[in-house]
Amino acid sequence: MPRAFTPKVVTANALLKGDAVWLTEEDRWSRDIAEAELIEDEAHAQIRLLFAESQPDVVVGAYLADAQAGPGGPEPVHFREGFRTRGPSNYAHGKQAETVK
Amino acid sequence: MSYQYNDFDRAFLAERNAQFRAQVERRIDGSLTEDEFKPLRLMNGLYLQLHAYMLRVAIPYGTLRSAQMRQLAMIAERWDRGYGHFTTRQNIQYNWPELRDVPDILDALGEVGLHAIQTSGNTIRNVTADHFAGAAADEIADPRPVAELLRQWSTDHPEFQFLPRKFKIAITGSPNDRAVTKAHDIGLRMVERNGAPGFEVIVGGGLGRTPMIGKVIREFLPKADLLPYVEAIVSVYNLLGRRDNKYKARIKITVHEHGIEEISRLVEERFAAIRPQFSGVDQEILEGIEAQFAAPEFRIAPAGGFDAERERSPAFRSWSDTNLTPHRAEGYAIVSVSIKKHGATPGDASADQMRVLADLARRYGHDELRISHEQNVILPHVHKSDLPALYAALRSADLATANIGLASDIIACPGMDYCALATARSIPVAQGLASRIEELKIEHEVGHLKIKISGCINACGHHHVGHIGILGLDRAGVETYQITLGGDGTERAAIGTRTGPGFSYEEIVPAIERLILAYLALREGEEETFLEAYNRVGMEPFKAALYPAKETADAA
Repeated sequence: MPRAFTPKVVTANALLKGDAVWLTEEDRWSRDIAEAELIEDEAHAQIRLLFAESQPDVVVGAYLADAQAGPGGPEPVHFREGFRTRGPSNYAHGKQAETVK
Repeated sequence: MSYQYNDFDRAFLAERNAQFRAQVERRIDGSLTEDEFKPLRLMNGLYLQLHAYMLRVAIPYGTLRSAQMRQLAMIAERWDRGYGHFTTRQNIQYNWPELRDVPDILDALGEVGLHAIQTSGNTIRNVTADHFAGAAADEIADPRPVAELLRQWSTDHPEFQFLPRKFKIAITGSPNDRAVTKAHDIGLRMVERNGAPGFEVIVGGGLGRTPMIGKVIREFLPKADLLPYVEAIVSVYNLLGRRDNKYKARIKITVHEHGIEEISRLVEERFAAIRPQFSGVDQEILEGIEAQFAAPEFRIAPAGGFDAERERSPAFRSWSDTNLTPHRAEGYAIVSVSIKKHGATPGDASADQMRVLADLARRYGHDELRISHEQNVILPHVHKSDLPALYAALRSADLATANIGLASDIIACPGMDYCALATARSIPVAQGLASRIEELKIEHEVGHLKIKISGCINACGHHHVGHIGILGLDRAGVETYQITLGGDGTERAAIGTRTGPGFSYEEIVPAIERLILAYLALREGEEETFLEAYNRVGMEPFKAALYPAKETADAA
């Protein structure tokens, strides 16, 4: 049996700044995963990924990352994706130091 | 002294930087896709990591003048977040540059004769050297002129821009290998035969997912044959190295698959063919380079208050016991400045620290600095009479940690806090471990111990050659750390052996603590180092300390 599809978000790095961004339902790139579109359907996920890949002048290296619904919006599942939402653990740099909405 | 760029070097670098500036503009305006741009940015040292771009700048053979260090500090403040990270290959990495700023950063580097060319990609990378080169008491000759010759030869070498995989060369002028030459694609160890200097050439070493100790391909290569011989090796590898599988593409696999005899035959054949093309111009250039690396004019003076200060101050005595190395000139010492205060990030230096070190090098160190692959900063030439004043200045800058070569002098790669390839974090493990060692106040009792941490199998943290090696992995979505014991990065190079099952992020620091305490309990005396004790007693006592629960279960 094929493995059940697990919810995803589309994520990438911003071309100019290089930081992590997530695709929203309104076709924006947000710096906050909580604003991302949580995708529950595999075919829709592929369409959204194609849409992301069609913006090479905005983002780099778009991919689908596992995510789960949280009280405030989508949350990362894997610890690597968790670091991408916060920044490094040795200094308060990156997203954890910025005012994320 | 060190190499000063001539007009040709400056013009070459300016042109190259102008090309990259245009490439960045074309990427931003959409005329270049990422697929087209990526190889171009990598050729210029620009990576895209987890949270931002990362610019890797080469510090050739680890040597800097104070003006260069000051410029690195300026770049850290102006275009980054006020710090840089010194790596295990004598590079500095900036973790937060924005794409638009990178051409300006490269121009600023060019102003002081530095660049980021070939710090990535399948090319010949920054040539690394013994960080005590030109100063060490045990040295045959300064290996840096040859390293500079290799830098000039390999930079933009048309034949070697698309090798099967990256290619790393390390060189040492001392019989005591501080440059890990046996873990490089080519390792060069200076040796003498009948009074003439030459090189033992080692090939096919490397760490990563398939660690290999390099094999000697030539026991003695006359100095004048070095460039054609190295070119012959890389040229044979360029044709023979596998391009079908990234994980089998390094020369260590080529040597392993074909055997050192066959590789040697092919290299000698190629060498014989190209040697006549080297008319001697390379040797003329080398002579010019050697003149620029003339030793500074060492002062002939009494050691002044050095011994008296050692008597007077226990802190100075402790620091001078651990952080000084014998110098080849009478009355001088090599100073290793630890930038690994307990709890700090290994390899990181703030712009302020860089400026203090630049000032001290200018004032007390003949204007020279070195970056070690062990991620510390070296002042290679300090007269002993200046050491008390230097120490006081380091202390007031919080740079006087007396831990060189001890348990808290840990090598760690950036790991998953920054690196896109990492499978687990390494920095907080190093921080936690160093802090715990400081809490226990045992590191001077423990003595010489090299702990090395990598956050993935690519082994930038050299864990395979750590006396204690730690490898961070992702096991089913959880950070897991494997331990190896008995690795050695010196001329007695050895790959460490895995102890057994890995430990979680929470368990790894206590596990290493148990190893260290087990060593203290079983050593035959203060003189027996951790590595010697391990080599004497083997794995079992350390395994018993690491996995106590399992021991009990087995006994029951």
